[in-house]
Amino acid sequence: MKKIAALVLSAVLAVVTGAFAADMLNGAGATFPYPVYSAWANEYHKVTGMKLNYQSIGSGGGIKQITERTVDFGASDAPLKPEVLAQKNLLQFPAVIGGVVPVVNVPGIKAGELKLDSEAVCKIYMGEIKNWNDPKIKGLNPKVNLPNGEITVVHRSDGSGTTAIFTDYLSDVCPAWKDKVGTGTSVSWPAGIGGKGNEGVANYVQQTANSIGYVEFAYAKQNNLAHTVIKNHAGTFVEPSFESFEDAAATANFDPKKDFYLWLNDAPGKKSWPIAGATFILLAKEKKESNMKVVKFYDWAFKNGDSKAKELTYVPLPQSLKQKVEGYWKSNGIQ
Amino acid sequence: MRVRYIYYRYLTRLFYHYPLQGRKVRSLAIFSKKNYYDLFFSFLTAVASLTVIIFIIGILIVLVKESSFAIGKFGLINFLTSTAWNPVTGIFGAATTIYGTFVTTALALIFAIPTAIGIAVFVTEIAPNILKGPIGIAIELLAAIPSIIYGMWGLFTLAPIMSKYVEPALQNTIGKLPFVGILFKGTPLGIDLLTASVILGIMIIPFTASIARDSFNLTPAVVKESAYAIGATQWEVVKNVVLPYSKLGVFGGAALSLGRALGETMAVAFVLGNNHKIATSLLDAASTITVSLANEFTEADSDLYLSSLYYLALVLFVMSFIILAISKFFLLKAERKYSR
Repeated sequence: MKKIAALVLSAVLAVVTGAFAADMLNGAGATFPYPVYSAWANEYHKVTGMKLNYQSIGSGGGIKQITERTVDFGASDAPLKPEVLAQKNLLQFPAVIGGVVPVVNVPGIKAGELKLDSEAVCKIYMGEIKNWNDPKIKGLNPKVNLPNGEITVVHRSDGSGTTAIFTDYLSDVCPAWKDKVGTGTSVSWPAGIGGKGNEGVANYVQQTANSIGYVEFAYAKQNNLAHTVIKNHAGTFVEPSFESFEDAAATANFDPKKDFYLWLNDAPGKKSWPIAGATFILLAKEKKESNMKVVKFYDWAFKNGDSKAKELTYVPLPQSLKQKVEGYWKSNGIQ
Repeated sequence: MRVRYIYYRYLTRLFYHYPLQGRKVRSLAIFSKKNYYDLFFSFLTAVASLTVIIFIIGILIVLVKESSFAIGKFGLINFLTSTAWNPVTGIFGAATTIYGTFVTTALALIFAIPTAIGIAVFVTEIAPNILKGPIGIAIELLAAIPSIIYGMWGLFTLAPIMSKYVEPALQNTIGKLPFVGILFKGTPLGIDLLTASVILGIMIIPFTASIARDSFNLTPAVVKESAYAIGATQWEVVKNVVLPYSKLGVFGGAALSLGRALGETMAVAFVLGNNHKIATSLLDAASTITVSLANEFTEADSDLYLSSLYYLALVLFVMSFIILAISKFFLLKAERKYSR
């Protein structure tokens, strides 16, 4: 009996000291990149023994926690402006790309058949185009048999980075949207109904005939929703795919001098998908030692994590952008 | 059995007061204890009950502190009456969510109370003994289902049924009437006040039903038997004997359900759409205070936004307090009249 007790005690001690001895990084923030960060962290732990504890409490919470310096790094779906970063003494770099895809449920229309341009998407979400047989949509899709059906617009009911990317896109390409609604994690929608989470929007679109919604690329792909083809800045109609997201990230002008402050919307490339955004990591400038550990993790992930990210339907940063980020780390003395 | 017993204890604690004199004697008795074990025991229970008060005050302080920014910006009357809710421009008001909270709660009570009383009458007076047990267990199981499951069920099962069958049927019948018709305007999408209220109604049935059943059971058998003996029918016994005897309990159960419905979050968050507007149609998306909090809290990125959400929470806190206080006031009044 005593022997067993001693064994148990020593085992417990070993576990406890082991846990304390192992290095640990704490991060908090955006919910969107949580699956890929935790998948990377899992592999990284196997390779290096370093543990990463990421809490997906939302972008707002992530910014708050890193500002108060309670975590080693914060994560936000929306980039912070350079002046805000300077005021909070933070560093910022992109980690992974997310795309937003408008999806539809119109009887008789298959995935990739419906073509829309920025004006059409904007007017549908403004509630100005009310029917699928509107001349504007017909003009874009002369060969498609559009039904006479009232459009049901679906948006997110909860605050989310997906909404921030989508509304920023609309603000970029549509002055009326910028004036009346604007960009935000949740906005006051002129039209439509709200679904909770990507799954809520996906579900409403699937259930409701003649509806349109917007979801993360991963959800569109996994749920086999009928995606639309969107006309980009260069004037070509593009399909949402890893290639078109990467093209957007590669051609967009991410500037290390501005701490990569950029929404990836309406990218200039010919093959660029127009509605996308990077999700960002925030570091406390003065905490060099923990920053180097965080950077080491992301450096490892940039070099070894692309296939894992794609497996989870995230878009890894293109090579050119990775080099820019590495340059940013070096110039700030944390790599 | 156990759950029912706890509800009942809770109810009696909340709504039935011992006569004032008796309480005075008892509270004096705490301090005149000579026995140290007893004194320690009294102290322990006193501390336990004090924690509740400390928690409530603590929560209130945090809510006031966190919402002070928004209170300073919007004031009280302006915040309560403004229908604006625009995170982009930073203008917030509570009127739309307060409206949604009241409409869903009121509708849920309208659905739930008659059903619950029906269940209670059936179980206590009409059902054969073999059925009493299974129905009682079913009611208690209904109370034990986590609200998130009601939410998912509402989104994936109830909402499509409502939009395909129930709501078009309502539109084609009641919706055609003058005045009432305005309540059923619009495209039936299943994500609306009506669906949310139905889910809420189903959720609060067990509360009302359990307490009503217990109150019915308290009716002295002698009185009931006398009524039957002089030739009263089952309906007459329920109407003239059981209900008058137990109306306090039924009312108390309804008040508890009201509290539950006011604060319910996850079950309605999925099917209400979080739309900040005053909808005149029941087939329109809307929002309640708790739904807004659940949906917007994680990504509220500006200080004013966050503070306004705390302000909403404070409004709900005060609102629930006032409503429960009012129901308690009526209960006490009724009790006094009844016990005389």
